[in-house]
Amino acid sequence: MLIFEQSKAGRYAPAQSPLDKADISAIPAQFRRRRSAALPEVSEMQAVRHYTRLSRKNFSIDTQFYPLGSCTMKYNPRACNSLASLPGLLSRHPEAPESHSQGFMACLYELQEMLREVTGMRAVSLSPAAGAQGEFAGVAMIRAYHEARGDSARCEILVPDAAHGTNPASAVMCGYQVREIPTGPDGDVDLEALKAVVGPHTAGIMLTNPSTLGVFDRNIEAIAKTVHQAGGLLYYDGANLNAILGKVRPGTMGFDVIHMNLHKTFSTPHGGGGPGAGPVGVSERLVPYLPVPMVTREGDEYRWLTERECPESIGRLTAFAGNAGVLLRAYIYARMLGREGMPRVAEFSTLNANYMLKRLQALGFQAAYPQRRATHEFIITLKKQAKELGVNTMDFAKRLLDYGFHAPTTYFPLLVPECLLIEPTETEDMATLDGFIDAMGRILEEATQEPGLVKGAPHTLPVKRLDDVKAARELDLAWQQRDAG
Amino acid sequence: MPFIPHTEQEVQEMLAAIGVGSLDDLFEEIPASLRLSQLDAIPTALSEMEIGHLMGKRAQQDGQPVCFLGAGAYDHHIPAAVWQITGRGEYYTAYTPYQAEASQGTLQLLYEYQSMMVALTGMDVSNASLYDGASALAEAVLMAVRANRKSKSKRILMPRTVHPAYRRVVHNIVKNQQVELVELPFDPQGGHTDPAVLEQYRGEDFAALVIPQPNFFGVLEEVDALTDWAHANGALAIGVVNPLSLALLSPPGEWGGQGADICCGEGQPLGAPLASGGPYFGFLCCQQAHVRQMPGRIIGRTQDLDGKVGYTLTLQAREQHIRRSKATSNICTNQGLMVTAATIHMALLGSEGLERAAAASYANTRALVEALSAIPGVAPLFDRPAFHERVLRLPAPAAGVLRSLAAHNVLGGLDLSRDYPELGEAILVCATEQRTAEEIAAYAEKLARVIQLQGGVTCGLVPKE
Amino acid sequence: MSNVPNDLKYAKTHEWVRDEEDGTVVIGITDHAQELLGDLVFVELPEVGDTVDAGAECAVVESVKAASDVYSPVSGEVIAINETLVDTPETVNQDAFGDGWLFQVRLSAPAELDDLLDADAYSDVMESEAH
Repeated sequence: MLIFEQSKAGRYAPAQSPLDKADISAIPAQFRRRRSAALPEVSEMQAVRHYTRLSRKNFSIDTQFYPLGSCTMKYNPRACNSLASLPGLLSRHPEAPESHSQGFMACLYELQEMLREVTGMRAVSLSPAAGAQGEFAGVAMIRAYHEARGDSARCEILVPDAAHGTNPASAVMCGYQVREIPTGPDGDVDLEALKAVVGPHTAGIMLTNPSTLGVFDRNIEAIAKTVHQAGGLLYYDGANLNAILGKVRPGTMGFDVIHMNLHKTFSTPHGGGGPGAGPVGVSERLVPYLPVPMVTREGDEYRWLTERECPESIGRLTAFAGNAGVLLRAYIYARMLGREGMPRVAEFSTLNANYMLKRLQALGFQAAYPQRRATHEFIITLKKQAKELGVNTMDFAKRLLDYGFHAPTTYFPLLVPECLLIEPTETEDMATLDGFIDAMGRILEEATQEPGLVKGAPHTLPVKRLDDVKAARELDLAWQQRDAG
Repeated sequence: MPFIPHTEQEVQEMLAAIGVGSLDDLFEEIPASLRLSQLDAIPTALSEMEIGHLMGKRAQQDGQPVCFLGAGAYDHHIPAAVWQITGRGEYYTAYTPYQAEASQGTLQLLYEYQSMMVALTGMDVSNASLYDGASALAEAVLMAVRANRKSKSKRILMPRTVHPAYRRVVHNIVKNQQVELVELPFDPQGGHTDPAVLEQYRGEDFAALVIPQPNFFGVLEEVDALTDWAHANGALAIGVVNPLSLALLSPPGEWGGQGADICCGEGQPLGAPLASGGPYFGFLCCQQAHVRQMPGRIIGRTQDLDGKVGYTLTLQAREQHIRRSKATSNICTNQGLMVTAATIHMALLGSEGLERAAAASYANTRALVEALSAIPGVAPLFDRPAFHERVLRLPAPAAGVLRSLAAHNVLGGLDLSRDYPELGEAILVCATEQRTAEEIAAYAEKLARVIQLQGGVTCGLVPKE
Repeated sequence: MSNVPNDLKYAKTHEWVRDEEDGTVVIGITDHAQELLGDLVFVELPEVGDTVDAGAECAVVESVKAASDVYSPVSGEVIAINETLVDTPETVNQDAFGDGWLFQVRLSAPAELDDLLDADAYSDVMESEAH
C-alpha cells in the first residue's frame, strides 16, 4: 500500500514543524499557491512504520550476499557513517569560511594525497559527484588539453566494445564521436584493430583495466604506446580499481587521466542507487584542467582552489564541493585500511573470485575466458543451459533470489551471450561463497529436472516477475488522486 | 585483518582449490614491470578508536557557528525519524534496483518520491533524481534542446538572477555540445528579470528560457509572464525552483497559460543536512510529452505474473547502459539515499508541515532584514516580494564584515562582490525556521558593532534612531 | 525463419520498402527485426514534411531491452506517418509488413530503389547474421 493510500484529509500530526503558521499575507496572491500540494497526511508513527516495512522488501549488503559484478558490493563499515555524521561535519555550510573549515578541509586534502599515491597520478580532484561525472570530467580535460594545443582535428574517442555504457555516453556529452574497438578472443583489446584506427583524429581511448570481462589486459603497455604515439591520451575507468588496489597503479600503466568510484573501491554506501563520488586523477600535462574546487595546503593552513586560482580548469560540475559526505566516508575507510590494508583489498577480492570460478567450473558452469586468470570478478556463460534446457541467465538470476542471494550482473558485458558477471569482493567469507556455489549447483539440477520451477522464479519474494512491457507501454509514473477510486 | 574474514587455513584451502601457491601468484598476468611495492605516502592503519578521536577533533575544530547563510543550501530542521530510517542497512547498503523483485522497498519508495514531486511541482512526471540542483539544470537545458522540436536552436536564455554557480556548472557541462547561454540582465531596482528585456529577442530562435523562482537574490520573478513569453516565442520554459518554497508559491506546472515544460532544482531543503555541500540531490520534472527526453532513472508501476501491483525501472532504453553513445545522458546514479530521506521528510511533514517551515523561514528572514536594516547604512537592496533570502547593502567592505562576524561565530551571509560587483558591498542573508529571535537579535547587535569598528557610516547617511 | 514477402524490397539494416508506383514508397521494419527486438513499447517517427536521406537514421523503435535506429532505405520527403503506432507500438510486432508500417516517402532519387535487396538477397543477409 502506498503512503498516499494511508492519507486522511485534515489529519495533521507532526511535531517536526513550527507549532504556529507564520503570516505570509504580504506575498502577493499572484505568486502564491492556490491549492495545497497533495502530499500524504499521515502521523509520524504511520510514516515510520510504512518506511520501515518497505525497507524489509529490499535485498542489501547488510542482509544478503550481493555479488553484483562491476559494482563492488563490499561491506560498508559503520564507523564511516557515524564519524562522517558528527555534528560539526553535518552542519557545516558549503559556503562557510576557511577559518571554520580547517578540520573538514584537512580530511579532503589527505584523501586527495592518498588517492594520488595509490593511483600513481600527479594530482587529484575530488569534486565529481559520481563515476559518470568523473568520466565526463576526464574526457572534458582531454578535450581541454588538445584545444589548448590548437590540436583541433582530434574528434574521436576510442572505446572497447566491452566498455561500460557510460564511456561512450560520456564521450558524446563532451562532443566527441565514438569508435568501438573489438576485443580479441582471449579478452584483451584487439591490438591490431587498435593500431588500424588510431591517428591524428584520435583524442584518446577509454579503458577499464581489469576490463569488464574480468581479465587484466596484458598488452596495456603496448596500448599506451600506440595511443600516445598517435598523440592521443589514455583514460582509465576506475570501476574495477578494487582488483588492483595497492598492486598496480594506473599511472604506472601509462594512463593520463583516471576516475575512481569511491562507492566501489572505498566502500561508501550505494544507497539504493547513489550518492556516489567520482574523483579524478591526472598526469602532469592535465593538471591545469582539473575540475574545481580542490584543497591545497599553505604552511599549516588549508585553502580552496577555485576558478580564480585555476583559470584553465574545466570548472565545477556541481554547485559546491561535490558529494562531501561521501568523500569523508571514503577518507575514514582509507585511514582504517591504511598502507597495509590496501593491497589486501586486491588480494582477497581476487582470491574470492578465483575460488568461486574454479568451484563453479567444477559444477559444470562454463567460464567465458577459461584460459585466463580471473581478477576480482569473472564471467560465466549459460549459453549451453539456455540452449539445452531452455533455462536462461535471467531465470538463474531470479531463482538465486529465492535462495537468498542477490543476483550477479546479468547480460553485461553485451559481447558474452547469456552471461553472469560475478564479483564477490574481499569482505565475504568462504562459507558464504560456498553457499552461493551450492545454490548455483542446485539451480542447475532444478533446471534439468524441473525447469518450470526456475523459469517461474522468484517464488518467495514480495512480488513475482514483473511485467516490464506493461510498465513501458502504459506509463504509470506517479500516483494520482483518481487512483484512489 | 580489518574487514577481511578469512582465516589462514581458509586462505590455504582456497589457494589449493585454485591451484596456485600464494596470493601473489594470482597477479601473474600483470607484467612484473608494472607491479607496485610501496605506498609510502599512505599512513599506516588506524583502529576505529583512533579514527574516532581524529574525526572528533576535526569536527570540533570547525565549530558550529550560527548560520545565516543560504545561497543554495539551507539550514532547515530535519525530523529525527528521517535519517534513523534512511540509515537502515536495507536502504543504505542496497544498490540500483536492477532486480526488481528483490528491491520493491527502494522501488516503491522512489515511486512515492516521484508522486510527491509531481504533487509539489504540478508537473506530470518526475525522475528518480540527479546529482544536485546545478547539474540538474544542466541536464534540463540539454533535455530542452532535444525536446523542443519547433526550434532548431541550441541557444538558451539564462537570467543573471540564476545562482552563479549553477550558471557556471551549466556552461561547463553543455558547452562541448555547442549549447550557448545568452545572459539576461536583471532589473537593478527589483532584483528580478523584467519581462520587458525579453522583447529584444522576439523573433529569434531559442530552445528554452530558464526561469528561477525564487531567484538567487530571494526575489520572486514574474513567472507567469516569463513562461507565456517563452511559449509565444517557440521556446520551452524551464523552472528552477526551491522545493520548500513550493509549499507556498505557485507551482511551475501552473505558471502562465500552459505551465512550465520542465522544472528542476536542488532537493537539499527536503531532509538533506548541509554537510559541506553534498550529497544533496537534483530533481527533474517535466510534462508528459517530454518524458522520453528525460535523463536519469524512472520508476513505473506495473503488475507481476499474478496481477499483483509492483514497481520497476522503466524507460531504460533511454539510458547509457542500453543506448550507449545515443543515451539521453551518461548518468547512472540517482542520489537514492538522499531521495529516501526526502520522501520520508515529505511524508512526515505533509503539505501543512512544509508550509509552516516555509512560512517561518519567510517570516524569520523578514524579521532579520528588519533588525539589520535598523543599523545605520544597512538597507535591503531590492524592493520586490521575496521568499526567505534578501540582499542587503553594507556601509563597509562585505568581506571584512563577514570575517569579523565569523570570528564571533556568526555566518552572516554570502559576499556578493565577486559574482555581482555592480551591487557594491552587498551580502545575501537567510534565516530559516531554525533561527530564533535571540539569534537574530544577537546577529544585529554584532553587525552593528562590527560596522562601527570598521568605520561604519562613511557615506554620509544619517544614523537612524 | 521469419517470413520475407517477395513483393517488397529490403535494406541490410532490416527495413522493408513497398513501391506504391506513384513516386512514393511505404517503409517499415521486417518481421525478423521485430522478432530480434521483442515486444515494442515505443516508436519514434519522423515528422511529415521532414527530408530523409538514404542510409540516415530517421526513426527509433524501442523495446524494454533495446532501442534501435531505423535507417531510411531511400531519400525523399516524408508524406505520411503511421500515427496509430504512438498508442499501439505492438502493431509492429503483430503485423510488421502490413499495419505496422512506419512512414511513407516521396522519392527524390527513384534510382535508389534499384540498390535495395530482393527477398532472396535479404534472406541471405538474415542467414549470414545467424552464424
